[in-house]
Amino acid sequence: MTTAQGSIPKEKLTWMYETMVLIRRFEEQAKREADQGRILGTHSAIGEEAVPTGICAHLGDGDYVLGNHRSHHHCIAKGVGVNEMMAELLGKATGTNGGKGGTMHIADATKGMLGANGVVGSNIPVATGCALAAKVQGRDNVSVVFFGDGASSQGSLHESMNLASIWDLPVLFVCENNRYAESTPFEYSVAGGSVSNRAAGYAMPGVTVDGQDVMEMYEVAGEAVARARRGEGPTLIEAQTYRYFGHYGADNPLGYRTEEEEAYYKGRDCILTMGKFLLESGTMNQDQLDSIDADAIAKVEAASKFAMESPYPDPSALLTDVYVKYP
Amino acid sequence: MTTTEVRALTYAQAVNETFHQEFERDPNVILMGEDVAGGAGRDDFEDAWGGVFKLTRGLIGKFGPERVRDTPISENGFIGAAVGSAAAGLRPIADLMFVGFVGVCGDQIFNNMAKMHYMFGGKVKLPLTIITSTGAGVGSAAQHSETLYSIFVHFPGLKCVAPSNPYNAKGLHAAAIRDDDPVIVFNNKLLMGGVGTGPHVPEEPYEVEIGKAHIAREGTDVTLIGISYTTHLCLQAAEILAQQGYSAEVVDLLSLSPLDEETIIESVKKTRKVVIVDEDYPRCSMASELSAVIAEQAFDYLDAPPRRVNPPHTSVPYSPVLEELFIPTPERIVEEALATME
Repeated sequence: MTTAQGSIPKEKLTWMYETMVLIRRFEEQAKREADQGRILGTHSAIGEEAVPTGICAHLGDGDYVLGNHRSHHHCIAKGVGVNEMMAELLGKATGTNGGKGGTMHIADATKGMLGANGVVGSNIPVATGCALAAKVQGRDNVSVVFFGDGASSQGSLHESMNLASIWDLPVLFVCENNRYAESTPFEYSVAGGSVSNRAAGYAMPGVTVDGQDVMEMYEVAGEAVARARRGEGPTLIEAQTYRYFGHYGADNPLGYRTEEEEAYYKGRDCILTMGKFLLESGTMNQDQLDSIDADAIAKVEAASKFAMESPYPDPSALLTDVYVKYP
Repeated sequence: MTTTEVRALTYAQAVNETFHQEFERDPNVILMGEDVAGGAGRDDFEDAWGGVFKLTRGLIGKFGPERVRDTPISENGFIGAAVGSAAAGLRPIADLMFVGFVGVCGDQIFNNMAKMHYMFGGKVKLPLTIITSTGAGVGSAAQHSETLYSIFVHFPGLKCVAPSNPYNAKGLHAAAIRDDDPVIVFNNKLLMGGVGTGPHVPEEPYEVEIGKAHIAREGTDVTLIGISYTTHLCLQAAEILAQQGYSAEVVDLLSLSPLDEETIIESVKKTRKVVIVDEDYPRCSMASELSAVIAEQAFDYLDAPPRRVNPPHTSVPYSPVLEELFIPTPERIVEEALATME
């Protein structure tokens, strides 16, 4: 356990626990939607809930989050509504994107969620640009981009870290190192065995953090966000985490990793670990934890119902939003 | 009758003037690119370049390094940053020095810039302008001499314009910057080098509407469609044809996406013959697209099949002897025009 837990306000602890549980229950429902054939499948974030939760606890609607192909947890942590998210997964008109984006492109500008992105590494320069806009306009907003260990080898990360560093941009580069790029192990594909070490080459802090410990995430993110808001520039955070399911749901991860390894990480589950802490520290009792879970289940069931009952987009929507204006 | 003095700026001067005016007009306009100022970070060498083609000269001195940003050589990084800054409230101009460099930032242009507005259900706008240089004729060889219009025009979500002279260059850049959609502006190197200087360029800011073609010369026997520099080749060809007793109409396309089908079709219906002159590689080019549009919409009016004048299906050569064979010429245009009238 972290040494910092005592300093985290109770309402933040509560929010973080609620958020992680809501993400877990949402992702379970998304998997059911796929299992029942209503959607093709999604990149499940189960197991990785703590990473965006610990970071977004420091962000407001004016701050930016940019995601990737596995981004439902980023969206929920940034405050995007689960009704609209579930409707988007089902391609409905009431979805966050009116049914035009789907699971890999959920965005809600009103919440500062400027989009998930299906191309690995593609959103890293975009997030850097959001930080530039905040700086040029004299706002103290920060920009956070989440990417995986696979994206850490994309040139877009290296170009963006360099640019953000020379311009002191308020951006957090957050690598969710879940140890596999599809089926390719981190140890094989990342030279030097560390993503955060690469920060040194771009003159910014690089921090490795236990991504299964939301309170440690919270502490590390707090420092990086404060540094960015002070105008002192970017930080690279490598959160060590694990996805419990395959890359896309349909693949069997036991084709490339062992049951022992899975058991080890599931034994360090972020929600169980935090729940245990909340009980042992007397922050909450079991009834309160159960009530949070029941609440999340109810929200997700309502979201599923909302999505199911929502209409599909009108055929005319095919041709709207290609441009703001096109004669 | 009063005579008005012609205010003749070069293409580069006209674009530079519009940048100054748009920077003045809107504090959210910023500029990013390689050597757009030059000598970055060194006060004693500030504005050492002002852009490779001098389009951006003087901006840093007037508007400062916060808004005028020299970037490292990392097109994918800074074009992507331009996309993000547009999504987050700025109105950036990004300079892609040569259009061939799209090869290193295609992800940002094709996967994000073209698609974000649509895939986010219209909730994110990208008021972003990319300026880029195009064209052969200065011995820059295969990677620095292309036009590549059709690659960009292919993508829904992008607008594409190709000015042909200082007047429309000034107005189209202003329109691009003010547009709420991403716009690519193709600036031909020979035009920036002085070809086409002459028309009156008003000092006050103005827009040339994106989506409108311009009849550069009226005629009745054959329509010649030009794009950017090739408009001048069409005008030269029209002169030659006139000497031979033929009246050629020249359509200056200006806007590649949206396409002003109305003006094109109207001209073709009038002349019943058309030659399309495009400096891009021939296959799947603007010339191919225009040819298809004309065949679909005006087939019954045509006295002859649409003719295309493109370079051959080859990369741009270096040797001046070969490069001259690459670029369309007035003589080739005349030849094709006469063929439609046989």
